Amino acid sequence: MSALPAAAAMSAAEQSRRRLHSRRKRTNVIALTLALAAMAFGIFWLVWILVETVRLGIGGLSLSLFTEMTPPPQAETGGLANAIFGSLAMVTLATLLGTPIGIMAGIYLAEYGQRSWLGASTRFINDILLSAPSIVIGLFIYTVVVARTRTFSGGAGVLALALIVIPVVIRTTENILALIPNALREAAYALGTPKWRVILTVTLRAARAGVITGVLLAFARIAGETAPLLFTALSNQFWTSDLAQPMASLPVTIFKFAMSPYENWQKLAWAGVFLITVGVLILNIVARTFFRNRT
Amino acid sequence: MSTIVPAQPHLGEAGTVRAGMSDRPPAARRVSPWADVLFSALAHGAAWLTLALLAGILVSLVVGAAPAIREFGLGFLWTSEWDPVQNRYGGLVMIYGTLMTSFIALVIAVPVSFGIALFLTELSPAWLKRPLGTAIELLAAVPSIVYGMWGLLVFSPILARFVQQPLQSAFQGVPLLGPLFSGPPVGIGLLSAGIILAIMVIPFIASVMRDVFDVTPPMLKESAYALGSTTWEVVWRVVLPYTKTGVVGGIMLGLGRALGETMAVTFVIGNFNQLHSVSLFEAANSITSALANEFGEAAAGLHQASLIYLGLVLFVITFVVLAISKLLLQQLKKREGAAA
Repeated sequence: MSALPAAAAMSAAEQSRRRLHSRRKRTNVIALTLALAAMAFGIFWLVWILVETVRLGIGGLSLSLFTEMTPPPQAETGGLANAIFGSLAMVTLATLLGTPIGIMAGIYLAEYGQRSWLGASTRFINDILLSAPSIVIGLFIYTVVVARTRTFSGGAGVLALALIVIPVVIRTTENILALIPNALREAAYALGTPKWRVILTVTLRAARAGVITGVLLAFARIAGETAPLLFTALSNQFWTSDLAQPMASLPVTIFKFAMSPYENWQKLAWAGVFLITVGVLILNIVARTFFRNRT
Repeated sequence: MSTIVPAQPHLGEAGTVRAGMSDRPPAARRVSPWADVLFSALAHGAAWLTLALLAGILVSLVVGAAPAIREFGLGFLWTSEWDPVQNRYGGLVMIYGTLMTSFIALVIAVPVSFGIALFLTELSPAWLKRPLGTAIELLAAVPSIVYGMWGLLVFSPILARFVQQPLQSAFQGVPLLGPLFSGPPVGIGLLSAGIILAIMVIPFIASVMRDVFDVTPPMLKESAYALGSTTWEVVWRVVLPYTKTGVVGGIMLGLGRALGETMAVTFVIGNFNQLHSVSLFEAANSITSALANEFGEAAAGLHQASLIYLGLVLFVITFVVLAISKLLLQQLKKREGAAA
């Protein structure tokens, strides 16, 4: 007789335990499903953007895209040659200008100023500059260069882009130098090598792959930058290689053409978007695989 | 980092050892005494240049904005009139647009990024981690102009048709929510700008979250698993509390990015300088898109100075947000160092 209530009590406890268990399990399954959905959500946008870019951009691809200048509205022919050239020229020059400064500052952070206040504040400021609005960089160059020289110019565009390159290169250089084992430095010092030679021929050489990756990523980043060029390099309907003149670039041309109601301009804008997306993504993937294979 | 620091004291000694050895050199090899000094000066100079860059940006913006600051003072921040004809300027509409679009972006991006980080750290099979992680990071590599053009010509018509119109008809006349969804459902305005910003900042927030989740000591997680916790309970009750400063730091980084984004917003926000309603569908303006659209044509003088003033406001806001982000992430790193 006494076994029955005990069993009932047991089963009540058991029941609530089971209920709790199944509720916890349910929560878990729901949460993990949502995580999976979030992942799919992220990938979904990437795929959608890429598919649309290819679908709408590939129709505009032709040889004349690379040989002809940007056309007036509603023209029959035309290409993006001057914009492509302007972009390549400005981005290359800006990378050449910004990289040495970035590498030197990165060397300072990793080899000289680990513990000094200058190192700490540079690191802090650099991380902020890394994410600072690029249009503000454009404003800065406008007030110090364009307003003085009284003309928009390719040179001003180069300067603005170089200022974006610097923090990217500083960050990657410092990070990669910090990974170089100290024994390597100490071995070089033990051989009587002066510090500058240790840095240039031992640590920096060991960190080469990482530094090159940083430079490639910086190049890719500024290749797609529009905002800092809007009021520095402006744009140009014609071919120019003169840095004192306004200079066309792919992103600014896309901006102008995409916002216009003209069909031929929009088509060229999509072709430009295709070129720039494919270029930037390939650079990114190359930089990543290059880095992975070398380290 | 910690391996490098102890080596520093040896450097001076290495130098003296070299000097002592030069009494009987193995080979005549001239070491220029200036090379070290020069190289060190170059490295220091580059670091100073970075600091000077920030100071230069601030000073040039303040100088450029001076006429507008003198004319309107701080009242600029809460005046909504923007009238180039009568030369009266106030930045409220743009500041509101910038804050509102970034807010919408965070509301969407934070839970999604959390899900992605959870998936990448706890759920994903090892062989999928890298490709999926790279795919999410590539979202950050897509140039913003591409987001802008895609957003204007592909995304916003679809948003208007399949999201805005149903929302509008569902909430028409509902108190509170109705006005939020009023306005022309054309797919251009605060909502679409916010959604596109969300897609753009997801990779930044997700990658910070993934990195901080990865540094949670395995011991903590395994203890919780051993007590019978489910994956979700481990993440929610153990990993998240442990990494919360880092998570907030990542969110702030995303916010900083969203506030300063220019091209994508310029394409889809509508560039409309008035504030009629609280509707999320209404065309509006943001600081960055006002700059992108007007600065090139603005006449030198008060109009230009007011735009630079807006730029200064933006720079100050993003600076504060990014500084907070950096401090929080540093704090986590410090604690991690102490625990190790």
